[in-house]
Amino acid sequence: MIDAIVLPLLKILVVLNAVLVGVTFMVLLERKVIAWAQARLGPMRVGPYGMLQPIADVLKLMVKEDITPAKADKWVFTAAPMIALIPALIVFAVVPFGPEVSIFGRRVTLAITDLNVGLLYVVSVTSIGVYGIILAGWASNSKFPLLASLRASAQLISYEVAVTMILVSMVVSAGTLSMAGIIDAQYQQGVWYAFAQPLAFVVFFIGGLAETNRAPFDMPEAEQELTGGFHTEYSGMRFALFFLAEYANMIVVSCVATTLFLGGWLQPFPNVSALSFLGFVPGWMWFLGKTFVFLYVFLWIRATLPRYRYDQLMRIGWKVLIPLGIANVVVSAVLKVLL
Amino acid sequence: MTSGLITFYAVGALIVVFALLVVTSRNTVHSILYLVADFLAVALLYATMNSMFVATIQILVYAGGIVVLYLFVVMLVKQKSESELASDPRRRNVIGGILVAAVLGELVVLGVSNAISPAAPSVNAPGGVENVAMALFTDYLIPFEVVSILLLVAMVGAIILARREI
Repeated sequence: MIDAIVLPLLKILVVLNAVLVGVTFMVLLERKVIAWAQARLGPMRVGPYGMLQPIADVLKLMVKEDITPAKADKWVFTAAPMIALIPALIVFAVVPFGPEVSIFGRRVTLAITDLNVGLLYVVSVTSIGVYGIILAGWASNSKFPLLASLRASAQLISYEVAVTMILVSMVVSAGTLSMAGIIDAQYQQGVWYAFAQPLAFVVFFIGGLAETNRAPFDMPEAEQELTGGFHTEYSGMRFALFFLAEYANMIVVSCVATTLFLGGWLQPFPNVSALSFLGFVPGWMWFLGKTFVFLYVFLWIRATLPRYRYDQLMRIGWKVLIPLGIANVVVSAVLKVLL
Repeated sequence: MTSGLITFYAVGALIVVFALLVVTSRNTVHSILYLVADFLAVALLYATMNSMFVATIQILVYAGGIVVLYLFVVMLVKQKSESELASDPRRRNVIGGILVAAVLGELVVLGVSNAISPAAPSVNAPGGVENVAMALFTDYLIPFEVVSILLLVAMVGAIILARREI
């Protein structure tokens, strides 16, 4: 009873709340990091050093007027933000936050579930998220959102191919599709895959940037060309849902990158006995720390790099990343058989 | 009724309802949305049968891949107006009737033949990654490769048709 119903529900509650709170504070962190990069202070008024800014933001978005354009397709217009957000949240079902721990004498795995096809589940669920973007642009019945949504979905579909190729080569290396199994494989083989397959790591991260529509690939939101992107016509809480979805997707990519390439919950060099004193830090803290590093790099890149042109973006995707991804699969498969 | 049967019928009803909505909705984009929901419900059916691999592949390939392209086409191609669609009701009805009769006939044949000699379950856990891979690369290797070649030919053909000058 407790193991079958109460525990999973508790885990879902904790993870969902953590993700949503994390997202709101990601927004604050983004504003702060970009401000520091530009020698500004960022938000300072609400709370000490602007720490309570997210709460003010959320309140503002909730009390704002919610407008549906007269010519919009009403149902699809309402459904699109939900379709964008839900896949971004349910991906967290398979993210392994830590190893098995005992809480009040009960063995608990720090993941909502460990599917034996976990990685495939991540890919398939995130592929649903593109509907939210396409439908938002179409249902707005307005030309700029439609153009932006076409750009966004074309970008997403193109880069998904490269990222999936990288995932295939990671599965070949680890010999399993389970997220926890991939971390275990890195422990058994004694090396984080970021060092074993540096090319895959780089391609995955670039693909992840493009898939989450982040700078320097934030073409769909190019303000100078497309006013505000596919969510131009949205306001209030429905706009906030798109915002949530974008940041939740960033956290998903960071979690998956941590699991695949930085050994998930493993401490650095788990096989070196001289560093075993690092074991006093629990596994889930390593996981969250590594995820945070990725999230910080996302913001850092946004503050540093200018935006690509659309044709450049497509050229990188199809002519550089996808061939590299396929080559990586071939090489890692051959090495797997030879070694 | 066991709980397994109840979920099966609930999900089955969902699939049928979404399928009906696909063919009855007037707006093509709505119809495609119901199609996505239908595919997701089918994936749910696989998941309740403990075939997580088939379920995720169903979502990845159909809901996440193919239908997105449908949506692109429908969004970009101008929809025919109602009057144009109904220009030749007689012909439309005849073709539709033949198609429905063919599908229903096939279903009846399958049902009867299955009732006479029930097909033996071929593998223990049909939806596992290992089982699917073993089946594809041993017993069904030649059909699998033939299908791959067929898809490749179709792809090349589509490119040639779409771009006259290469």
